[in-house]
Amino acid sequence: MSHKEEFTLKINGETKVFLAHPMERLLDTIRSDENLTGTKEGCGEGECGACSVLVNGKLVNSCLIPISQVASSEIETIEGVANSESLAPIQKSFLENGGAQCGFCTPGMVLAAISLLRDNPAPNLEEVKTALSGNLCRCTGYKKIFESTLICSQMEDQQ
Amino acid sequence: MRNSTSTLSMTTPEDLSEALQLLADTDKKWIPFAGGTDLMVQLESNLLDGADFLNIWGLFELQGIEESDCEVVLGALTTYSEIRSSEVIKSEFPLLYQAAGLTGAKAIQNRGTIGGNIVNASPAADTPPALLCYDAELLLSSSEGQRWVDYQDFHTGYKTHALAPGELITHIKLRRGQEKKFNFYHKVGTRNAQAISKVLFCLMVQVNNSRIEKFRLALGSMAATPILMDSLRDAFEEQEFGSDLIEKGLSILNEELSPIDDIRSTGAYRKKVTLNLFKYYMEKIYVGLGQ
Amino acid sequence: MKKRSFPTRVEGVSKLTGKSKYIDDLKFPNMLHGVSVRSSVPRGKIKGVSFKPGIDWEKFTIVRASDIPGKNVIQVILDDQPCLASSHISHPGEVVLLLAGEDREEVLKARDYVELDIEASPGIFSIEDSLAKKEVVWGSDNIFKEYTITKGDVAKGISAGSQVIEGSYSTGAQEQLYIENHGVIAHASDDGSITVWGSLQCPYYVQQALREVFSLPPEKVRVVQTETGGGFGGKEDYPSIISSHAALLSYKSKRPVKMIYSRAEDMEVTTKRHPSMSHIKMAVDKKGKITGLDFEFFLDGGAYATLSSVVLSRGTIHAAGPYNIENVRVHSKAVATNHPPFGAFRGFGAPQSIFALERHMDVVAKKLGIDPVEFRKINVLKIGDTTATGQSIAEEPGYHELFSTVDELMDFSEKSKSFAIQNKKNPIVKKGIGLACFFHGAGFTGSGESYLASIVGLEATRDGQVVVKASSTEIGQGANTIFSQVASSALGISEQSVIVARPDTSNVPNSGPTVASRTTMVVGDLLEKAGSSLVSTLRTTGFLGEVYTEREFFEASGKYIDQFGSLKSYVQYKQPPGIKWDEENYQGDAYATYAWAVYAAEVSVNTLTYETKVDDFVAIQEVGHVMHPTLAEGQIEGGVAQGVGYALSEKVVWEEGLMKNSQMTNYIMHTSADVPDIRVYFEEKNQNYGPKGAKGIGELPMDGPAPAIINAVQNALGSAPHFIPMLPEDLMEFMEASSES
Repeated sequence: MSHKEEFTLKINGETKVFLAHPMERLLDTIRSDENLTGTKEGCGEGECGACSVLVNGKLVNSCLIPISQVASSEIETIEGVANSESLAPIQKSFLENGGAQCGFCTPGMVLAAISLLRDNPAPNLEEVKTALSGNLCRCTGYKKIFESTLICSQMEDQQ
Repeated sequence: MRNSTSTLSMTTPEDLSEALQLLADTDKKWIPFAGGTDLMVQLESNLLDGADFLNIWGLFELQGIEESDCEVVLGALTTYSEIRSSEVIKSEFPLLYQAAGLTGAKAIQNRGTIGGNIVNASPAADTPPALLCYDAELLLSSSEGQRWVDYQDFHTGYKTHALAPGELITHIKLRRGQEKKFNFYHKVGTRNAQAISKVLFCLMVQVNNSRIEKFRLALGSMAATPILMDSLRDAFEEQEFGSDLIEKGLSILNEELSPIDDIRSTGAYRKKVTLNLFKYYMEKIYVGLGQ
Repeated sequence: MKKRSFPTRVEGVSKLTGKSKYIDDLKFPNMLHGVSVRSSVPRGKIKGVSFKPGIDWEKFTIVRASDIPGKNVIQVILDDQPCLASSHISHPGEVVLLLAGEDREEVLKARDYVELDIEASPGIFSIEDSLAKKEVVWGSDNIFKEYTITKGDVAKGISAGSQVIEGSYSTGAQEQLYIENHGVIAHASDDGSITVWGSLQCPYYVQQALREVFSLPPEKVRVVQTETGGGFGGKEDYPSIISSHAALLSYKSKRPVKMIYSRAEDMEVTTKRHPSMSHIKMAVDKKGKITGLDFEFFLDGGAYATLSSVVLSRGTIHAAGPYNIENVRVHSKAVATNHPPFGAFRGFGAPQSIFALERHMDVVAKKLGIDPVEFRKINVLKIGDTTATGQSIAEEPGYHELFSTVDELMDFSEKSKSFAIQNKKNPIVKKGIGLACFFHGAGFTGSGESYLASIVGLEATRDGQVVVKASSTEIGQGANTIFSQVASSALGISEQSVIVARPDTSNVPNSGPTVASRTTMVVGDLLEKAGSSLVSTLRTTGFLGEVYTEREFFEASGKYIDQFGSLKSYVQYKQPPGIKWDEENYQGDAYATYAWAVYAAEVSVNTLTYETKVDDFVAIQEVGHVMHPTLAEGQIEGGVAQGVGYALSEKVVWEEGLMKNSQMTNYIMHTSADVPDIRVYFEEKNQNYGPKGAKGIGELPMDGPAPAIINAVQNALGSAPHFIPMLPEDLMEFMEASSES
C-alpha cells in the first residue's frame, strides 16, 4: 500500500511541493525533506512539545500530524521567526532573560509563546503557565521562560 | 521516532457523502482519522499496522457548533479549542467547557476533537463524563442513513462501542436549559497539564426546594468505560436532599465501584478519592442549599 | 548584589533561531542507521540467536560480540560490563547484537525478526534481596563497593544521648529526562581511526571507552561533542555504550552509522538515579545536641559496577550533613541487582543520603518537641568545626544567617506554628512548611582532581581572537558563557573576542569530565590562570604594557605570533598545598570547598485527593562569587524543579527490572502548570576558591527540595512518609495506615 502523493505546503512563507506518503509526519517533512532541523523530536507522542510548529497560525505538535492533513496549509517553524537582520522580540527576550538553556525545547517553546502572545498580547502569569504547559523543559524550571514571555509582552514592539 | 508507514494508507474524501461511501466498503480496515492526537500515538507504538485511514479532518459537514432554541449540536470534529471559545458551551455546559480545558495542553486542544475523544473510547478520556451528565445524544451516519443514539448506550465495553460497520459519529447533541444546576467537574490527573486522568468526577445536580429533580454522576478511569451512575440517579431523583442521602450514595458507590490498578494509579486510590469527592461536593451542595 | 551587566548566552542566538545542530540534525552522506537488539529478560544464559525469514539479511550489517576488535568491555571504573553480551544477560535491555541498514524503518522492522534464545534465571530487584544474597548476581556477594567513615566513637556517642531515635528512609530511581535523547554518529575510517560525534558530557570518557573496544591509541580515536540537549549526569557514562555500538557498526560496514534512541528506549535502558535505603540511629542530649550518628546507607547499583562506587562515595560523605557531630559512623554499600545500571544524575548520591538525614532531623525534632530550625541551629557546622571525614571547615558557612533569611522571606517560624491552628479550621486543605539544611562539595572528591590533572588552554589567533580550549561541555548550564566571561576578564578583552572551541578530543586538552559541579570552579579557575599567564607572556616579552586596550592586546598578540609562531597558554591542575585526603580510611579534606544552603517549601496537602502542592519555594545558598546571576539562578531554578519532581511525581514503575512507564505521558515530570514559584537567593561571602571566588553550584539544588517538601508535609499532617517519590497514592496509604495505628 505504500504510495507517495504530492502535497503543497507553504513553509515560512515559501510554497513547497513534497512527494510523500500521506501518513508521513509533518515533523519528518520539515526536518528531513526540508532540512529545517530547528523543529525537534523529543518523544514522538505529542507529550513534550519540542516539535511544536504553527499550522495556519495554530500551535500544533508536528509529530502528531500526517502531511496529508496539512496540504495547502501555512506552516511556521522556528526558522521563520527571526528576520535576516534581527531576532523577533520574543527571541530577544528569551536571550536576555535566560529563557533558553540546553536549547532543545526552545524552538517549540518560542512558538508556543508566540501563539499565546498573538491571541493574548498581555497575558498574566497564570495564562502564560497554561499556554506553555504542552512544552516540557527540563533545564529551567520554567521560571525564566515565564519571565521571558511576560517581559516580551510588555515590550512595545512585541510580535 | 516513527516506524513504518509502508503498511498504512490514508484516503482523503471530498465530503461527507464520499466519506460514508468509502466507509461502506467493509473489506477495508477503515479507521476514521480526525485530529490524530490519539491515533498518531498508537501508530508510534505500532498498534495500527495495516490500517486504512480515512482522513475526515477536512469534512466541513462535521465542523462547528450550532445553536437552536432547545439544543446545541456539535460537529464531531469540534476541537477542544473550539469548545473553549464557544460562549454557549461556556455558559450552559460548564462541565464540558472545563473538561476541554483540562485535556492535554494547547497544541492537543487545537487538534483533538470531541468525536475522536468519544470513539477512541478511553475510560480516562476527559469529555465523556461531561457528555454523560448532559444526556448527550450521538448522530451516527452511514451510507444507508443515520440514527440517534443515547451516548449512555454508546460504550459497550473496553474500547468497544455501538458503531456498526460503515458508521461514523457525525454530531453530538446537547439539550439546552440545563444551566441552573450544581455542576462540579473534578479531574485528578497525574499533573496539571498533559495529564491522563486517574479519577474523573463529574456531578450535576438540580434541586428544587430541597427536592432533587435531576441527578447525574459520571466517572472516568473507574471502569472499562466512562460510566454514568444509574443507580445513584434512580436512588436520588425525586428524593429530599439530606445527609442520609449522602451516606446512602457513599454506600452505593462503595459497593459498585471496583477500579483497577495500572501504571498511573491504584484501584484503591481511585475509589477512595471518588468517595471523598462525592462526600465533599454533596456536602457543598447541601450547604449551598442553606441546610 | 551590585548591578553589573552580564553577557547573554554565547550560543543563545543559534539556539533561539533553531540553527544549533544537535546530533539528529546531522546527515552524513552514505550514512546507515543503527539499532540495538536487546534482551527482554532480566537475567539468563544466551543460548543462541536466530534470524527469522522474511527479511533480506544481506542488506544489513550485523555486529556481535565476536566482531569486537579489542576488549569486549565498557571501560568505566571496573571492567565488568560487556560492550555486547555474549554469554550472560544481567538486565532487561542488555544489548546482544547490533544491526545497521540504509533505512531506519527497515532496520527497526528487521530487529523484530531477530530472535534471542535466552534461558532465563531469576533476577533480584531490591537492595534487601541483594544484601540477603537471594541470588548472587555479581561477584561473590553482590557488593560493588563498601565504605566506612568513622569519627570519634559512635558507640560512646550513642550512649551519651538522653534519647536515641532511629529511622529508615528510602528514595526511588529518577530519570534524567533531558529532552534530547541519546544519539551519536560514528565513523570508522580506512586508516583504522574512529570518530564519534554525539550528545555527550565527557568526550574523553568516550575516547577511553572506544580505545578499549578497538585497541587503539588516543590519536586514533576522536570524539566530538555536538550541541547537547541536556545531560544532568545522564550523558556522563552512557555515551560510552552507544558510541561503542555505533562505532562497531561503522567498523564493520565501513560507513558512517547514526544511532538515535527513541524516548522509550532511552528511558528503559539508559542510566537513572540510584535508588537508596538508609537506616539512621541518632542520639541527642537534653540540650538538643547530637552526640552520636550511626548511618547505614545503601544504593542499588543495577547490574554492573559503572559509576556506583563514586556515587556511593559522594552519598556517604554527605550523609552526616553540615552538622558538627563528635561521634559518627557512616557505613555504606552499593549492591548489584538486575536493574539496568544506575548512573550519574545531578547530586550523584548526595540527594539520597541528604533526604534521609534531613527527614530524620525533622522526625527527631518532632519527637523531642524542639523546633526543627532550633534543632539544626544547635548542631550546624561553624568555621573551625570538623565534618564526618575530619575536614576542618576553613570558612564560615553562615547557617544562622541563612535561617534568618528564610524567616524574613517566608515568615517561616511563624507559619510553622500558625498553620497548625489554621489546619484545625480547614478539614480539606492542610498547610505546612518545612526546610532542609545541607551542603554540597564542589569538584571531585578527595584526591580526584589531582588524579584528573585537568588541562585548559588559551590560544590567540592572528585574526584577533582568543580561543578557549577545554573538553568541558556546554550542556545547557552555560559553560561556554562562563568560560568566555572568565577568559575575557583574565585577558582584559571583550567577551566577543573570546571563542570557546567545540569540545573535540583532537583539538582540546582533557579538562576533565563535565560533572561534579566542577566546571566553573575548577576548570574556570585553570582558565583564569591560563589567561593571566598569557598576559604575563606578552608583558614579559615587551609587547604589552601594564595598562592596555583590547586593540593594544591584539596588536601585541599579533606581533608575538609573527615573531614566535603562536601564542598559547596551557595550565594544568595542581592540588593546592595543605589538602590532605586518606582514601583508605575516608578521612581528610573530602572537597576543596562546599556550597552551603537552606531550602524551604510551603505546601498544601489536599486530604480529598492526597495531592501535595508546593505553594512557595525559597532556595538560599552561599556559593561564593556569583559569576553570572541569570545563569546561576537558572541552574538553581531548574535543579529545584527536578527536586520537586523527585519528591512528588517522578516514579519509575518497575516490572522485573524493566521500566514500565517509559513514556513522557506516564513518567511524570512537571509542566509549566505544575511548578511552584521558585525564589532563589545567593549569599556571596566566602570567595576563596574558583575564578574570582566562584564555587560550584550545578548539583546543589537537587539536594534540598525533597526533604524540605516532605518535612513540610510532616508540618501539615503531624507525620509524613519516610520515602520518595511520595505520590498521592502513597500518601493515601500512609495516612490510612497512620490513622489505623
